Amino acid sequence: MSASESSSHAPEKDAHSGTATTGHDWDGIKELNTPMPRWWLYTFYACIVWAFGYWLVYPAWPLIWGYTHGFSGWQSRSAAMSDVADLHALRAPMNEKLAKASLSEIEKTPELLAFARAEGGAAFAINCAPCHGAGGQGSRGYPNLNADRWIWGGTLDQIATTITHGARWGSDPDTHPTMMPAFGHDGILKPTEITSVADYVRTLSGNAPEAAANLDAGKKVFVDNCAACHGDDGKGNVELGAPNLTTQVWLYGSTKADIVQRVIVGGGGVMPAWGQKLDAPTIKALAVFVHSLGGGK
Amino acid sequence: MSAAHSIAEDDADGPLYAASKKVYPQSVSGVYRRIKWILLCVTLGIYYILPFVRWDRGPNEPHQAVLVDLGRRRFYFFFIEIWPQEIYYLTGLLIIAAMTLFLMNALAGRVWCGYLCPQTVWSDLFFQVERLIEGDRRERMNKDAGPWTFQRGREKLTKHTIWLVIAWWTGGAWVLYFADAPTLVRQLATLQAPAMAWIWIGILTFTTYVLAGFMREQVCLYMCPWPRIQAAMIDESALNVTYRRDRGEQRTSLKKATALRAIGEHAGDCIDCHLCVAVCPTGVDIREGSQLGCIQCGLCIDACDSVMAKIGRPARLIAYDTETNVDRRRAGKANVFNPIRARTLLYAIVIALVGGIMTFALATRVDLDLSAIHDRNPMFVKTADGSIRNGYLIRIVNRASADRTFEISVEGAQSPQLQAIGVEQAANGTLSAEVGPDQTRELRVTATLPGALNRPPSQDIAFRVTDMASGRTAVARDHFEAP
Repeated sequence: MSASESSSHAPEKDAHSGTATTGHDWDGIKELNTPMPRWWLYTFYACIVWAFGYWLVYPAWPLIWGYTHGFSGWQSRSAAMSDVADLHALRAPMNEKLAKASLSEIEKTPELLAFARAEGGAAFAINCAPCHGAGGQGSRGYPNLNADRWIWGGTLDQIATTITHGARWGSDPDTHPTMMPAFGHDGILKPTEITSVADYVRTLSGNAPEAAANLDAGKKVFVDNCAACHGDDGKGNVELGAPNLTTQVWLYGSTKADIVQRVIVGGGGVMPAWGQKLDAPTIKALAVFVHSLGGGK
Repeated sequence: MSAAHSIAEDDADGPLYAASKKVYPQSVSGVYRRIKWILLCVTLGIYYILPFVRWDRGPNEPHQAVLVDLGRRRFYFFFIEIWPQEIYYLTGLLIIAAMTLFLMNALAGRVWCGYLCPQTVWSDLFFQVERLIEGDRRERMNKDAGPWTFQRGREKLTKHTIWLVIAWWTGGAWVLYFADAPTLVRQLATLQAPAMAWIWIGILTFTTYVLAGFMREQVCLYMCPWPRIQAAMIDESALNVTYRRDRGEQRTSLKKATALRAIGEHAGDCIDCHLCVAVCPTGVDIREGSQLGCIQCGLCIDACDSVMAKIGRPARLIAYDTETNVDRRRAGKANVFNPIRARTLLYAIVIALVGGIMTFALATRVDLDLSAIHDRNPMFVKTADGSIRNGYLIRIVNRASADRTFEISVEGAQSPQLQAIGVEQAANGTLSAEVGPDQTRELRVTATLPGALNRPPSQDIAFRVTDMASGRTAVARDHFEAP
């Protein structure tokens, strides 16, 4: 400890570099005392001064029952809301045009179509994609919006109505209310009737019947129980949300087991009434977007 | 290299961390100074005047010769108009720029650093302002070392004001490249300009003022990568600003040299007057050889020539010369300069090649483009009747300054049936879409094949748009996917 033995208090200078040492000595190794660069230090001081100003102006310190609000009244939430308002203001002129134009006019005007597809696409990604998929491809129980078989109708107006009021959405009086009875669970049909009607329904879309199928019995069950909604020819009814059973598009699958299960449990999917959440131009944009996926009528 | 050796080197160079010494470059006149003035006027002239040059592109198009239109995403350079999709032109431009730097470097060292670099040019301008107001090197050194006087304060104030005006003008010219220059000038004058213009002027005023007024050679020494790249590319055959040590050594005083020569002995031409160091804008001593700080501006050549003229010795003790020649003269051989070497040839070939490709691409650039993107999800859709349908987004780019109508057709893939959303199909089945002048139009298109067809899971398909008026076509290739 040669440094501590030194009687002088003046900092020792390193002979090689001319820089003062820290005075410590580790087995003959000394550390040079090279302070932070001055510009760095002053920046640091400036930051400290800045911090005090910041505390006064912006929300900063947590308190037991709240926090300091700062003089400016700035809040991250209100800032976000004001940004949203700016966005609405930015879109307002085009949204106004959307509101005025009919759905088919929108689709025929390139400028409006491009805007509606952009706005509708964004709204779709946020609101619809969780069930219908990012590309509207759907999945079991959630309709594929690219295909051209529509449960509640595929015209622009029908799509807009379904988006606005949803399906089987209790809090909207105008929602599509109808659903399929649970023919099996409620004991309306016997198991043998269910299997025979399933065999028959499969043939409606051109599938070859199973060898043991009793199509005549199945047809009778169909006419007595199903035709009221699905129609005598099985072509469905969009007013009742009864799917067309003669197409290649199957919401719950086309195997016999799939069909048997649907006949047993009945019911149908639920879709929220988006009119309760989204404004009219957004719903118009969504309708145009969904229609333009390719399956629209 | 051993550790002991490198420590010894450190000792020779002094401490590792030395405070920077302020450089007071002395004024000088001569050939290279004149070249520098001319280049300064030309480069700054181009920079400040170019935004005001007009170029007629017809209606619907801006009339500014050089314009970066960020809002409409177009870049205009005289007869060239670049869209964002063609940003690859920039790659070619950067390759040419790099290779030109390398070529300059292989032929005549850091010509860029010494004559053309904005840092050099603006610093030069700031030096001149400083000299006009505060006087030359010695005067300024004395003033800075002396106490604050009223005159000194007034001079500093004037100097910094002029610097700030130049710096402001630099930023002001910069923003003119991004908007219609006369309009923006009017907006700036009436304080109606957009905030972004003021912000950028502010940023460039600040950087110009700080970099050219205060940091100067520090930029070259510590901030710029080019001196390092240069160090890796230095070449003994390149013309560099060189102290001809074969002629200059041994340095001695004029009196002693005269005496030595009188008795027929050799005496170096360098009289150690340090004028070459005094005029250097980066404060290096060229007699120590090629080095990082030397930007090769040639001002020391002018300075040394003036001294040589005074003492009656031949000019160009410091000159553009090569290391090879210094060695050859020492060995009693004649000078050689060989500008055509493998390196320079290679650079020139690359420049010519890339330049040729770019010229060809620009000359044959079509004013029509088409791209197609296949839906990612779903890849295909089975429709009610069992047909397979694929969805695409096609984008038609119309670079002409007039409306054009295009017929859309599809080729390959068992000729699927085409439909486009929002586009009426003509009676004969053709699809046509109108695209506005200098615009793109995005269309959602579906292609459908009957379900009964024997299809591979993926087959090639090509969309074609044909300009109804000129018959010009563009093709975009894609695939038709099926189960």
